[in-house]
Amino acid sequence: MAELLWLIPALPFAGALLLVLLGSRLPRALVTTIGVGSVGISAAVTLLLGIEYLSESPAFYHQVVWNWFNVAGFSPSVAFHLDALSMVFIFVITFVGFLIHVYSTEYMAHDPDYARFFACMNLFVGSMLVLVMADNLLLLYLGWEGVGLCSYLLIGFWYKEKANGYAARKAFIITRVGDTAMAIGLFMLFQTFGTLHIQTISTEAVQVWDTDARMAVIIAFLLLGGAVGKSGQLPLQTWLPDAMAGPTPVSALIHAATMVTAGVYLIARMHVIFELAPGAMMAVAVIGAITLLLAGCAALTQYDLKRVLAYSTISQIGYMFLALGVGAWSAGVFHFMIHAFFKALLFLCAGAIILALHHEQDMRRMGGLQKKLPIVFWTFLIGAASLAAVPLVSAGFYSKDQILWLQLAGENGNIWLYLAGLLGAFITSIYTFRMVFLTFYGESKTHVGHQPTMAIKLPLIILAVLSLVGGFIELPHNFGHVVLFSDFLSPILPTISVVPDFNRYEWMLQLLAAVVSLSGIFIAYLIYLKKPDLRASLHRSETAMAVHRFWHSGWGFDKLYDTLLVRPYVFLAKVNKDDVIDSFYTFLTRLAEAFHDLFSDSQTGLVRNYVMGIVVGAIMILTITIFL
Amino acid sequence: MEATFYIAGAVAVIATLLVVMSYNLIHALLYLVVSFLAVAVVFFTLGAPFMAALEIIIYAGAIVVLIIFVIMMLNLTYEDVQQEKSWLKPSVWIGPAILSLVLLAELVYLVVAVEAPGTVSVSVEAAAVGMALYGPYMLGVQLCGILLMAGIVGAYHLGRQKKKIVHRFLERRAAS
Amino acid sequence: MSSIPMEAGLLLAGILFVIGMVSVMIRRNVIFMLISVEIMLNAAGLAFIVAGSHWAQPDGQIMFIFILTMAAAEVSVGLALILQLYHHLKTLDSDAANFMKG
Repeated sequence: MAELLWLIPALPFAGALLLVLLGSRLPRALVTTIGVGSVGISAAVTLLLGIEYLSESPAFYHQVVWNWFNVAGFSPSVAFHLDALSMVFIFVITFVGFLIHVYSTEYMAHDPDYARFFACMNLFVGSMLVLVMADNLLLLYLGWEGVGLCSYLLIGFWYKEKANGYAARKAFIITRVGDTAMAIGLFMLFQTFGTLHIQTISTEAVQVWDTDARMAVIIAFLLLGGAVGKSGQLPLQTWLPDAMAGPTPVSALIHAATMVTAGVYLIARMHVIFELAPGAMMAVAVIGAITLLLAGCAALTQYDLKRVLAYSTISQIGYMFLALGVGAWSAGVFHFMIHAFFKALLFLCAGAIILALHHEQDMRRMGGLQKKLPIVFWTFLIGAASLAAVPLVSAGFYSKDQILWLQLAGENGNIWLYLAGLLGAFITSIYTFRMVFLTFYGESKTHVGHQPTMAIKLPLIILAVLSLVGGFIELPHNFGHVVLFSDFLSPILPTISVVPDFNRYEWMLQLLAAVVSLSGIFIAYLIYLKKPDLRASLHRSETAMAVHRFWHSGWGFDKLYDTLLVRPYVFLAKVNKDDVIDSFYTFLTRLAEAFHDLFSDSQTGLVRNYVMGIVVGAIMILTITIFL
Repeated sequence: MEATFYIAGAVAVIATLLVVMSYNLIHALLYLVVSFLAVAVVFFTLGAPFMAALEIIIYAGAIVVLIIFVIMMLNLTYEDVQQEKSWLKPSVWIGPAILSLVLLAELVYLVVAVEAPGTVSVSVEAAAVGMALYGPYMLGVQLCGILLMAGIVGAYHLGRQKKKIVHRFLERRAAS
Repeated sequence: MSSIPMEAGLLLAGILFVIGMVSVMIRRNVIFMLISVEIMLNAAGLAFIVAGSHWAQPDGQIMFIFILTMAAAEVSVGLALILQLYHHLKTLDSDAANFMKG
């Protein structure tokens, strides 16, 4: 079975190629079959491989497809490496990806660029699979840039709208900042190890560097730069809310479930280097903590349904970074998986609502949808519960609780990080249920046009089930003690050791987390449903409104970057419009023209003058031979 | 023999100067014939009698006659002599004369500066020239044949005037 | 056979060459220019003869024959060109044929 490894990314690529070349000429049914089918078969192969992997439990599967190139001893191969960590990621990518593809057939049904959409989506899935299956960092970087390209293409999918193109460019350019840092990190890794093979680097790094070695710290920070850019963390998070300009399935697949978590994958994959650089680890955790708070506050004030979800994604990835930063590797990856389920679910629900309300995204004009879109309501409620970490029933509770618990109990734990996470959880449950109450309760404001059909309902239901039961594969040890997931990952990612004294407090902390989550929901209920006066008084207060505006603009980061970077750059560009350096070349052309005029004057058309020229030349040559 | 050389040389130089300075084409051609004859005498004194004969036959004979034929075809008149006079103003002479004097000075310097200047030794027989011509210089002879053939074809082609061949530059000039 | 110094012969050739060259430069009549070129070619041939006699080799005379051949071909083609020029421009002024002026 392991020799089928290459099929997993190859199938989506083949689908993309077919659709790019022939897409516009094929009938829609065939486009659907190719677009959805390629990812579907890829998911089936993944399933087969996964079953075999679980039954055989080898360390990893490895397959060299071909040697990419060979230059001066540097010969990266196109080779795939499948271990437990990759397994988790490809499962999420292919299965969630498949569900979103199915959903898209309905969502994009009336779009004239149906084939282009599926071509980009397939290309994205292929690139993402290459990213997580690559056995060397160069191939990983290829996938990394590939998903960036697809993100650009899909954010700007409706390119006729100027703002969409702008959002696409913004996403592309900001992530490029991180990618540049990452590329430099890769160069330094290559300089040190002479290879970019991940396994080799992981085994050799421990021998080459001591803990806190300067080189290791620098490389870890550079890789972190790449991860921060891709995952929309502080300070490169501003692109993600604007990325919602793309179609909703794109937001679900790329900007919630898979691509934005590539940073998490990178850090988890290179965990050996990060462990050698405690400073970088701390930075990961701190960035995660700050990001989750900032993004949570920003999410509280958004009116656009998708923007709330976008900020929520940033915030949840902040949780994953928080987990990774304290060395709780498997907790971070676990939260990634659960987040992929419930955030994809929430986005798809949002898409169904937007479709039903004739592309209305403003929550102030929604409401009362509880009765009109029952399936969407229930699934959305499940997703929201998972996001808000409603205790016991939701998967999100188990994954988030594990992260919070390890902040305090883990060996690198820190009370401040824990408090930040707890506060974040509180904010999360407020904005999540603000969303639920504003959208589904109250009086109806917009006419419901489109009732979701099977292609939309089925992915919603499946994802809802996963969001509920997904958490049960990893339960805290005072409550069931199921450790399927961390056992699965333990050969790849080191397990975190827990300070033993804390074990008896665990139930207290869980209770605290539960209370925080429920009280957040209750506050949202009070403000947005029960007591509209409270909300009105908030609106009257000057300071509250100022804070509201500030958060609504995403803490003013866009404005900050605009004044700090964009305006000076545009100013410089305007000053240098005629290109100072170019004037040198202009001078050269002028000089050439002057000589041209001079010499063309010498061509008089008179034979006498030409003879004179020949004589002068002869005299010169003779003079030279005489005197030299 | 030596005196003959110097006298013939002086005649050649004077005749050539007169060619250059005369206004009438026919007069110039007659001086040219004199110049060629003087050079032929110089050849003779240098021990190349066959070349002297060729000089007279081809230069003084064929080439000059050819030019005279063309002059006759062009039907030149007294006005052309007047025009030649007007063209040859003294100011025209200055630049070329200076250049030529510089070049001549350099040539003289080069000739005189050469070490061990010998004298002209023996005469080379025409037979030896013939042997060399059809021995090592065979290829050159053939190339000369091709050159003459090209000359004939070229002269025939250019000399035809049945169809008026208008060059594109002239055509444009006529149009403007 | 005789005691003519080589320099004398070469100087004669040089003087004749330079006279021809001056003529090419000062004349505007194309037939005069052609005649001047003939003088120059003849002078070059003379130099070859002098050199050939000096070393008692036939090569100098052979070169003269080649120059002679070339001069003959040149005159025939040149005269044909002159005829064409006169036919088109109704003059022998070489300055009139300055269409290649840059």
